[in-house]
Amino acid sequence: MERSQMYRQLANMRKALFDQGFLDEQFVQLEELQDDANPNFVEEIVTLFYRDSTRLIHNIEQALEKNPLDFTKLDSYMHQFKGSTTSIGAKKVTNECTQFREYCKAGNGEGCKRTFEQLKKEYALLKKKLEAYFQLARQIGPVESACRPK
Amino acid sequence: MTIDRSFVEPNDQFPLGMRVLAVDDDPICLKLLETLLRKCQYHVTTTSQAIMALKLLRENKNNFDLVISDVHMPDMDGFKLLELVGLEMDLPVIMLSAYGDTKLVMKGISHGACDYLLKPVRIEELKNIWQHVVRRKKTDSKEQNNSDKPCHETEGGQAVTVTGDSDQNGKLNRKKRDQKEDENEDQSTQKRTRVVWTVDLHRKFVAAVNQLGIDKAVPKRILDMMNVEKLTRENVASHLQKYRLYLKRISVVASHQANMIAASGGADSPYLQMGFLNGLGNVPSMVGSAQFQNTDVRSLSSSGMLDRLNTPAGLGMRGLSSSGMVQLGHADNLINPINNQNKFHEVILPGNQNGNIQGMPTPFEFDQLQHKNGVDHIGDLSSANNDSMVFPISSGLSDGNMNGNSSRNSFLGAPHNPVMLQGQPQGIKRDELCGNQSFVTVASSNREYSSRLADFRGCIDSWPAVQASEIQSNSFTSNDCFKQDTRSYLMDRKSSIAMDTGNKSNNNSSIAVVPAGFPVLRTDLQSQAAPRQQSNAEQNMNDTQKQGWDENKQNPSHGPNLMCSFLNSMIPPHGVPDPFSQRLDLENTICHRNANGNNMIGQRNLVDSSTVQHNEVEQSAIGTTAKPKQGNLINQRKPQDGYSFDDVGSLEDLVTAMMKQEEDKSNMREGGWVYI
Repeated sequence: MERSQMYRQLANMRKALFDQGFLDEQFVQLEELQDDANPNFVEEIVTLFYRDSTRLIHNIEQALEKNPLDFTKLDSYMHQFKGSTTSIGAKKVTNECTQFREYCKAGNGEGCKRTFEQLKKEYALLKKKLEAYFQLARQIGPVESACRPK
Repeated sequence: MTIDRSFVEPNDQFPLGMRVLAVDDDPICLKLLETLLRKCQYHVTTTSQAIMALKLLRENKNNFDLVISDVHMPDMDGFKLLELVGLEMDLPVIMLSAYGDTKLVMKGISHGACDYLLKPVRIEELKNIWQHVVRRKKTDSKEQNNSDKPCHETEGGQAVTVTGDSDQNGKLNRKKRDQKEDENEDQSTQKRTRVVWTVDLHRKFVAAVNQLGIDKAVPKRILDMMNVEKLTRENVASHLQKYRLYLKRISVVASHQANMIAASGGADSPYLQMGFLNGLGNVPSMVGSAQFQNTDVRSLSSSGMLDRLNTPAGLGMRGLSSSGMVQLGHADNLINPINNQNKFHEVILPGNQNGNIQGMPTPFEFDQLQHKNGVDHIGDLSSANNDSMVFPISSGLSDGNMNGNSSRNSFLGAPHNPVMLQGQPQGIKRDELCGNQSFVTVASSNREYSSRLADFRGCIDSWPAVQASEIQSNSFTSNDCFKQDTRSYLMDRKSSIAMDTGNKSNNNSSIAVVPAGFPVLRTDLQSQAAPRQQSNAEQNMNDTQKQGWDENKQNPSHGPNLMCSFLNSMIPPHGVPDPFSQRLDLENTICHRNANGNNMIGQRNLVDSSTVQHNEVEQSAIGTTAKPKQGNLINQRKPQDGYSFDDVGSLEDLVTAMMKQEEDKSNMREGGWVYI
């Protein structure tokens, strides 16, 4: 594919992610931090996120299987998870986290479980999209892909 | 975690290159934060563990200008870290959290945070964080200026009365400040070398403050009195401020106790010293002398200050303790001397060192500090003192736990075993204890104390020194009494607790100077297992350390106990003569806690760093009442009554117990000071 075409495609992908609410302003912040000294910063941090959050997701899943549910613990896990999702700008996932917390506070186990399923879906979906995004970006070249479209 | 170990020079291009320590358990947030900070051109060090962060900070306080920490962390609560950093290192701390509800933010502020940021943090916010560093420096300068102002003005014969018109004063202040502005500016922008308030230094400070009178103590005068090179008014001013805060805090707790404890420890951290100092000052009961600001100590501890105190640097307490040697003064003489002692302030509860004279530093902290000088334990002691301290000095020391947070009481326990202490020392974990501090935790059953006693390591060492009125800081004039036997004993011993050496580690044991006749028990005060028990009031002190800060806060009434314990702990490591044991008995009885919280501490020069818990102190205070014999240590609380230490565990109890014993046994006097 021609470079400019790829570039355009990448820009479109990016725009879609924002428009569809997968990403928010925080992601832009990450992009801005990317520079010559940190050429792959965004990808690195996203990768780190997915790696680290797997553990948290697993913890939450286990905690949700317990009976009775320990809402304090669940809340605590989710607090950590939310910290990460907000840091990378994963908007939809963060929203689910907030919802989850509300249910925890209300002691609504069913609500928690439902929300968590939704959260996992969003999480996986975003992961796929970002992977595609980064792949294309790498094809184009680090500098350009990192640039924020003017 | 990335740590840049290379030495980073203070930056002339401030805020560029400002050295930040970032702490967050979430790796994504941490990495993001690091990148953002680097983008702001700060010099960043990151760690995902609060414990590691503390370690880095303690290694060299001058390596960092600012700390940013997450609130929610698995190994330590962010707020606790915040407190510790503020107390120990006096660095600005910014809190970071994904949640920004008002309660949390309020909590952050009340724990001393400079700012509270919400995640995800934005670079714009980080670009301004340097202001906190500058602000802090300015505040210090200003404080100095202000405090000096009166002096200057009066000296300068200015027409405007300082005390008068606030406007005028304000103007003067401003003028003064302006005059010094340039000078200070340079100072603020440059990285100032942090002054380490060693036990010794702290001791001098306290002595100066006491001489001047806490109300009249102004930095300039204090500085002059201290006569220490390279110490600036500014340093003194900020230290004074902390000290005052400390005093206030422990005033809630039996002040007496605090004093006792303070005396004992050579807290590493300034606070410790402060607490220490406070304790010293507040010992009202102390024969009229220094009031042991137990309360301060307590408060300190509660906030975990003890920990700080315990840190080697802080062992101000120790130093204090040296001065505040609790003189178990078993003999009558002791009692008299005690009266003279006034300078109790130095003494302070060994337990206090840990900051907790009353409240023991949180165990966590203690542990960390453990290695530091027994001081850490001091805090423990205080807390430990809560139990009725019955310090059975007996074989006591063997508990050796002093170091460990374990059985504190053991130390003080064996009141009847003068030798106990001796045995103990071995038992005592020396490694923890500073040197050979034999922590004599007088029989108080301070379990906790014993461990604390160990902490007091430093205390005990200094004991000997302390005793012989060596207690440098304290002016236990009555030292004569103890000096008698103990003096020689003490002399040999390691440098007096804190007082002399002011070293944190070694002497911090709060030495309760036992009035003559009391064998000086060198228990590793470190483990201040402040013997709550009356018999060994002193022991409790140490124990309290372990208890953790929070615990200590408690009982004000422990004061007397503390003393007792303190006294108890003063078991000379080497073959404590029997008198000690006798003394211990006395202590035990005496240590009964006085609800009124006499400050035994005050009375005793609880030099011992054994952090006799504040409680103990209170208790001991009771015990000490009236026991002149006890020596300086205890203010004359009524030891006689057969105190029942309920949870005295404080030095006071110990002291009182001791005192009591003293009375009962004339021979108690002989020499040994039970050091807790």
